[in-house]
Amino acid sequence: MELILPFIIGILYSASIYLILHRHFFKLILGLILSGLATNLFLFVIGRLTRGGSAIIGPDENVAVEPFADPVPQALLLTAIVIGFGIQSFTIVLIKRVYQSFGTTDLDDMSTTDQIEEHH
Amino acid sequence: MFLAILAGFLLAFAAPLLHRWLGKWVLVPMATLPFSIFVYLLTLTPAVLGGDKLGELHDWAPSLNINLHFFLDGLSLLFALLITGFGTLIMLYAGGYLKGHPLLGRFYLYLTLFMTAMLGLVLAGNIISIFVFWELTSISSYLLIGFNQDKEKSRNSALQALLVTGLGGLALMGGLILLGMAGGSYTLSELLERGDLVTNHALYLPALVLILLGAFTKSAQFPFHFWLPNAMEAPTPVSAYLHSATMVKAGVYLLARLTPVMGGTDEWQYTLMLVGGITTVLGALLATQHTDLKAILAYTTISALGLLVTMTGIGTAPAMEAMVVFLLAHALYKGTLFLVAGNVDHATGTRDLTQLTGLSGSMRYTAIAALLAGMSMAGLLPFFGFIGKELLYEATLEESPFRWMLFAVSFFSGMVFVAVAIALGFGVFWRRSTKPTPLQHPDKLLLYLPPVVLASAGLVFGLLPGFFVTPLLRRAAESMLGVEQVFELALWHGFNLVLGLSLLTMALGYVVYRYANRLLSYASRFNKLYLFGPANLYQLTLKGFLIGATKITATIQNGYLRSYIAAIVTAQISLVVLALWDDGPRLELGNRLHELSQLRLYEVVLLLMIVSALVFLFKSQSRLTSIAIMGIVGYSAALLYILFGAPDVAATQLLIETLTVVIFVLILHKLPTFKYLSHATERYKYVLISLTFGAVMTYVILIVKQYPLDSQLKAYYGQNSYLLAHGRNIVNVILVDFRAFDTLGEIVVLAVAAIGIMAMLKLRMQKGEKP
Repeated sequence: MELILPFIIGILYSASIYLILHRHFFKLILGLILSGLATNLFLFVIGRLTRGGSAIIGPDENVAVEPFADPVPQALLLTAIVIGFGIQSFTIVLIKRVYQSFGTTDLDDMSTTDQIEEHH
Repeated sequence: MFLAILAGFLLAFAAPLLHRWLGKWVLVPMATLPFSIFVYLLTLTPAVLGGDKLGELHDWAPSLNINLHFFLDGLSLLFALLITGFGTLIMLYAGGYLKGHPLLGRFYLYLTLFMTAMLGLVLAGNIISIFVFWELTSISSYLLIGFNQDKEKSRNSALQALLVTGLGGLALMGGLILLGMAGGSYTLSELLERGDLVTNHALYLPALVLILLGAFTKSAQFPFHFWLPNAMEAPTPVSAYLHSATMVKAGVYLLARLTPVMGGTDEWQYTLMLVGGITTVLGALLATQHTDLKAILAYTTISALGLLVTMTGIGTAPAMEAMVVFLLAHALYKGTLFLVAGNVDHATGTRDLTQLTGLSGSMRYTAIAALLAGMSMAGLLPFFGFIGKELLYEATLEESPFRWMLFAVSFFSGMVFVAVAIALGFGVFWRRSTKPTPLQHPDKLLLYLPPVVLASAGLVFGLLPGFFVTPLLRRAAESMLGVEQVFELALWHGFNLVLGLSLLTMALGYVVYRYANRLLSYASRFNKLYLFGPANLYQLTLKGFLIGATKITATIQNGYLRSYIAAIVTAQISLVVLALWDDGPRLELGNRLHELSQLRLYEVVLLLMIVSALVFLFKSQSRLTSIAIMGIVGYSAALLYILFGAPDVAATQLLIETLTVVIFVLILHKLPTFKYLSHATERYKYVLISLTFGAVMTYVILIVKQYPLDSQLKAYYGQNSYLLAHGRNIVNVILVDFRAFDTLGEIVVLAVAAIGIMAMLKLRMQKGEKP
């Protein structure tokens, strides 16, 4: 798994960047979500994988017993996922607003303010 | 001297205010200043003529060896007297020329600023201060040329002059710094004694090239001469003062000033003689191709500047003598002729030589000034110009390998000067005409007095050369030669070769004047040549810069998000590759392949699910399907977290993924279907960028995982979560206890996002209102 996951992450990154580079606003959001996902996995994998043992101290112990997963990347991940969600929802609403106002989801139509004026 | 400069700057900036208070009488204080400085300088004259060199030191930036150091010797005094004396007359003249102009105050501001800067330049005793004043003259010249700012040609000419002299100024700064390094001092008086040290220094050649660039651009030497005729867009007082008598001579002054320091070498001599010679001939030639009075004067000025540079290049005692005499003579007659041209333009409304005739009746005093100046320019006995011309011929005819070439150059320009002098001094005014050009207004005192004074000075200096001029010019020439020099100016040298050549010049000059029209008709044949001329080159460069800047901006800032992203990603890839290229850690996969055998079946299924989901995502045309597929990828990631001991993360991921899908479906169901919008070639480019980025990230993880992770945090939290914070779920404890403030920050981010979303959803744009 330790050898395979880096490749999966690479594939996710490639897919996300390719989607971000699209002209379509919708695909941009998909790309952003995928990129967030890839980054989370990246952090997770960098912090080493531990099969089984979660970072929880058993009812009978006072300290955690090996093997237990590194809690630090997990804490980072939790924060990252939640903030990523905030960004995603914001962009999703933004695209809706942009479509309502300008009637387009093509990013190239938004390259300059002047061009947007012309659409009216 | 410091006070004089300071007073100049103060008065300059007070000029607009004074104009408001005093109206047209603003010329009184403006002319008083240069006149009082002129008188002050005269009081210093006896000391300088006695051979003294006066200095005055004020600290400016002593730690950098830059001081406000003033230095007065013969050469500085000659220029300073010229600047203030001529300045006084110009201030008066400008008051008459621009009478009633609403911006007269501003004009005086610029003009006084220039005069003070120019004065500072010739009085400066520190080469860095020379540079500062030098740049000030360029800037004030820019403002003055562009004084009629509502005319496009005026603005372009001003910009051209600024760019050419400004670029030269930059070169000069480099050159002066190198000179300071070579000579070990920035102080002029010290440098003047270290000529041998400087010329033998390794930095001599680069310093020379840069300083010459500065001097040549300022003094309109070939191939930088083209800005000067264009600068004639300025009001005539400016043309007369800056672009004939003073500023354009700053380059000559600098060369003269530095002659004892840098002169005497082959590089110096040949460059100056060559460039000066070409400029002399070219200026004289071009002068015959124009009928605009100011254009003719501008080109003859270029020619005269070329002569001055050539003389400086020759560098012998007679050449230096000729140079200072010719410099003074030229300033006097050329300044007069410019003022005369301004008068004619002002009174008749035209400057075209072919339309002007018979003005002597209506403009009596101007006509007299023109005649006097013309005779001096032609080099007639007993004018000062005659002495200048004799000395020029003598200096070129000295024993040297180039004597005939040098003589030919000065002879040719002398011939053209005679022709121009006849045309301007005689043709416009005194040639009999049945139909004199009508005047719009009669001659005015303020307009004809300055040229008459200047022209008479040319006559008085010629008649009495020994009285005041000779000692001054002698000291000036000494400043350049660096040794004591016996110096006699006499009007009459007897019948000799030079006199004969002078007469020949006259005769041939008259011939040129007679056949000027035929010469003019050749003008069109030169047009093709101009295409390759420096003026055209300048235009092309300027245009090229504009186009280039527009293109670069359009490329870098094109407004397309994806090109920005592509650039960022590419840069990141390059940085990583650069860091890993040479001595970065090497990837060794060989001994880790056995890890593959620990792979479990359900893990493989999970991974295959992610990959196939991505494949479907790219094939899908429907928005809803894409959203569902994104859900699959997210849930798979959540499962991965569960498998590797992160139940909290997995729970959050599941929750968030569900919420995202819900929001997507709720909000985006009204959008249009997908279209493939990108070009095929662009798509391949983006595929390449994306794949490379993925590969780089994979490589980075693999490299990182090759080394053991030494995290003391894991052990610390494992030890203390329960004992200190009384929680058994370590991740939870970190979030709400150990790093609680981070979590607070996260909540704030979410709250801000929520507010933004609310705002966007609630915002109802009114009909017709622009978003």
